[in-house]
Amino acid sequence: MSLSFVAPPRRLLTITIDGRTVKVPEGATLLEACRQQGLDTPTLCYLENLAPVNVCRVCVVEVEGARVLVPSCSRKAEEGMVVHTDSERVRASRRSVLELLASSVDLSLAGPEVKRWMNRYRAEPERFGPAAPAAEDDRRDRARPGEHHAPEGQVAATVAQPVKLDNETYIRDYSRCILCYKCVEACGSEAQNTFAIAVAGRGFEARISTEFAVGLPDSACVYCGNCIGVCPTGALMFKSEYDLRQKGRWDEARQTVTTTICPYCGVGCNLELHVQDNEIVKVTSPLDHDITRGHLCVKGRFGYQFVQSRNGGDEGR
Amino acid sequence: MDLRLGVAGPASDVEKAAVDRVLGMPSGGWDGGRRTPEDGHLSRGGRAARSRRHLLLPVLQAVQDRTGWISPAALDYVCTRLTVPPAEAYGVAAFYALLSTEPAPATVVHVCDDLACRLGDGEKLCAELERRLGPPGESGGREARWVRSPCLGRCEQGSAALLQRSGEPAARVSIAPATVAGVEAALHGGAVRVDTTPPVRSDPAGHRLLRRVGVVDPDSLDSYRAHGGYQLLRRALELGPGGVIGQVKTSRLLGRGGAAFPTGAKWEAVAANPVRPHYFVCNADESEPGTFKDRVLLEADPFGVLEALTVAGYATGSERGYLYLRGEYPEAAGRVRQAISQARQRGLLGEGIMGTDFNFEIELRVGAGAYIAGEETALFNSIEGSRPEPRNKPPFPTQAGLFGKPTGVNNVETLANVLEILRIGGDAFAQLGTPDSTGTRLFCVSGRVERPGLYELEFGVTLRGLLDLAGGVRGGRPLAAVLLGGAAGSFVGPPALDIPLTFEGVRSIGASLGSGVVLVLDDTVDGRDLVRRIARFFRDESCGQCVPCRVGTVRQEELLARLASGNPNGSVAAELDLLGQLGQVMRDASICGLGQTAATAIQSAAALGLLGDPEAGRVRP
Ligand SMILES: Cc1cc2nc3c(=O)[nH]c(=O)nc-3n(C[C@H](O)[C@H](O)[C@H](O)COP(=O)(O)O)c2cc1C
Ligand code: SF4
Ligand code: SF4
Ligand code: SF4
Ligand code: FES
Ligand code: FES
Repeated sequence: MSLSFVAPPRRLLTITIDGRTVKVPEGATLLEACRQQGLDTPTLCYLENLAPVNVCRVCVVEVEGARVLVPSCSRKAEEGMVVHTDSERVRASRRSVLELLASSVDLSLAGPEVKRWMNRYRAEPERFGPAAPAAEDDRRDRARPGEHHAPEGQVAATVAQPVKLDNETYIRDYSRCILCYKCVEACGSEAQNTFAIAVAGRGFEARISTEFAVGLPDSACVYCGNCIGVCPTGALMFKSEYDLRQKGRWDEARQTVTTTICPYCGVGCNLELHVQDNEIVKVTSPLDHDITRGHLCVKGRFGYQFVQSRNGGDEGR
Repeated sequence: MDLRLGVAGPASDVEKAAVDRVLGMPSGGWDGGRRTPEDGHLSRGGRAARSRRHLLLPVLQAVQDRTGWISPAALDYVCTRLTVPPAEAYGVAAFYALLSTEPAPATVVHVCDDLACRLGDGEKLCAELERRLGPPGESGGREARWVRSPCLGRCEQGSAALLQRSGEPAARVSIAPATVAGVEAALHGGAVRVDTTPPVRSDPAGHRLLRRVGVVDPDSLDSYRAHGGYQLLRRALELGPGGVIGQVKTSRLLGRGGAAFPTGAKWEAVAANPVRPHYFVCNADESEPGTFKDRVLLEADPFGVLEALTVAGYATGSERGYLYLRGEYPEAAGRVRQAISQARQRGLLGEGIMGTDFNFEIELRVGAGAYIAGEETALFNSIEGSRPEPRNKPPFPTQAGLFGKPTGVNNVETLANVLEILRIGGDAFAQLGTPDSTGTRLFCVSGRVERPGLYELEFGVTLRGLLDLAGGVRGGRPLAAVLLGGAAGSFVGPPALDIPLTFEGVRSIGASLGSGVVLVLDDTVDGRDLVRRIARFFRDESCGQCVPCRVGTVRQEELLARLASGNPNGSVAAELDLLGQLGQVMRDASICGLGQTAATAIQSAAALGLLGDPEAGRVRP
């Protein structure tokens, strides 16, 4: 008896994208179809190694015959679909989604592609007025569902709040959180199966939280850092990176990336060691690795101090 | 899954008892009980415990009812028993307005300040409470607190409140009409009263869905049977599932829950799906501001709703029915609960119904304060014990619904129509009303009219006709506008008076019937105030999942606040333009109907000039 892991060939579907007739394999999403055509489709909550949650809505496209726009990251292509990725409606929605996000969340550490999209769609988040002052203490964590103070409207509400510094491995700066659900997925059924964090509250007060917003040391967190690995906005950040940024010493131009294999166990996960000034400042893992898909455990992610121990190890501990 | 439990310390005996009353006693150390010698050799829990995840919300409600809040230790115990990660259970608990995740007073009175009550006495009541007791949510002492609430489904009264008291026994009681004295009595443990007379105002001669309302004794199955009850289930069993679906298709019945989807086609899709089991859900989450029709049916004719749901279950090959009722309807919950138990005792639910091989159970599920849970896929998530966040469609419920299985969902009023279809036949039903809107419709009339209440009328009546039946605008004042369809509907002006209130009639003017709301505004009503309440409603009720709705509803409310205070950013015209763009992204790019309609009423108000003149109010060039 022999086992075959080769998938049966997939039927090809014919669809139209921006006037071009294209063939895509059955089961492909519209996003995959767009990428196949080389179209730069903005995405924020989508990641190759996670199940699509289709919540950010920046990737929407227009499908003829559909009442509303559809999220390309999760919508599967169907035979004969006619898709527009650059219509007036699509541009307007992408622009507004980016404006709404940028007016309420600190996107300054999101990838350069976000700025590119904001320029392309002429997003002007300032249109909603100056940002409201940040929330004090844990006010956002204790918001009651269905209640809020009526706004005066002169300032635009944001999710700004104090940074959560409660352990030595990583920090949580939810002023940067776009609520893309990626960390929840990575911590849960998509990778780590620890379920230390989930979405709590609702509406604009929806937030990533542990139970009762307890600190990570009191939660189920095992410090695998997989949530950091998927966070697109820098809301979750290595403490080492955060400290250097606070001191104004973080400088990616001076960093090198060394690819190696984790020495701790037989799985042999790929590691990318980011080194600045002869010091490991963070550890990532390539998303396209077919076994780990970018995910690591606490040893690979944070167990690098021994490399530096002859320096005294006072930075990373 | 590797749960970290026990950090919060042990739950109190009272908390444990509340949980165990729903789940039964734990079997040993593995699921929260006392550790036994066998526990060291045998592990229990896992998949079997996780398969009870759907009991999460009922258990959280039990703890809330007993102790007034869900403490970390109580949540920990719940999680141990159900093998649910505490962070997820907390995410669920922190979603619902009737659950508290921080210590709270034993008594909370929710006072409606929503649309119909603003036009009645509700807002005056809140202002007076604020003066006497202090701002909502913060005051009222350690024992009691009052909070403002969205619509409580007693809009015809013009003021309403809900008493929520924890303890043994816990109490949930409606107060309507609500007065300062009534609310204060409720806060201090005094008696409260609710007028439970069905507020039906139309001519009984034309009643089909309301024919038993106010006639049968809602607590008695015998009374229901004496009025013809359960004869139509017998007829359905004679017709067979295909025969029933045929009648429903012939009747051309469209859903009354808001989306006007053909009921027969929905049933057929569920019935034809080879995946098993099938489920059927009766959507009784009725939370659209201004809507109270389903409450009247459930309070006054609960057996009728159960019989209709049983017919639906039979036709679609479902083995189990769920009736999902909003948590703010305690009187309806009591009626439905005892109706289910009577029906079960008499073999009208359970195995071998009416001597056939048809088996069907109905379970009552009570919500906990979340408008979005009425969206069908959010409702499934709520039953399953997850956060009631809507799912992206496709797949549709008939393909993958509750527990991932083919599921039919219908509104209470839709189901009530099915009995009428069986009674008179699909052909005769299709003759009622107009060709595209067959049958009758329940209209929830409230606001500034002489005789607010529930009206059942054959489709075809015009808005003017309905208002005439309701005695016209109160005090003979001029009509300013009518809000059709609730917060998710639209305002229409006097020129719409001669439009027939049919699906196609209101569609022709870009409006919708929605859940049958007809909220009447006279010329003294402040349109901006109503519109701001609508904006607040959507901002409070958004699940927060998708950006257009989560942030769009916030920006919309801020913008309307600027307009109301006469401080627009730039000009009024510029603000209205921005409002239009917000509306467009919410409509086009939101996941579900909440975001997609969160701007509809507001845009229609702007079009009618209710938000002020775009040329006026140029401040700060
Ligand atoms: C935000 C939102 C809330 C809803 N609330 C309700 C509700 O309370 N009751 C209801 O019957 N339908 C409600 N619906 C519509 C349901 O999703 C669904 O369409 C309906 O239950 C189908 O029943 P029908 O075909 O009988 O109309 C809601 C929809 C949305 C988008
Ligand atoms: S570090 Fe790992 S366990 Fe901790 S929250 Fe992130 S993903 Fe979950
Ligand atoms: S913390 Fe990061 S990954 Fe998690 S939801 Fe927020 S932005 Fe997404
Ligand atoms: S539209 Fe609003 S309520 Fe619906 S899924 Fe999006 S955020 Fe949730
Ligand atoms: S990337 Fe598609 S919705 Fe976020
Ligand atoms: S009960 Fe107050 S608006 Fe419905």
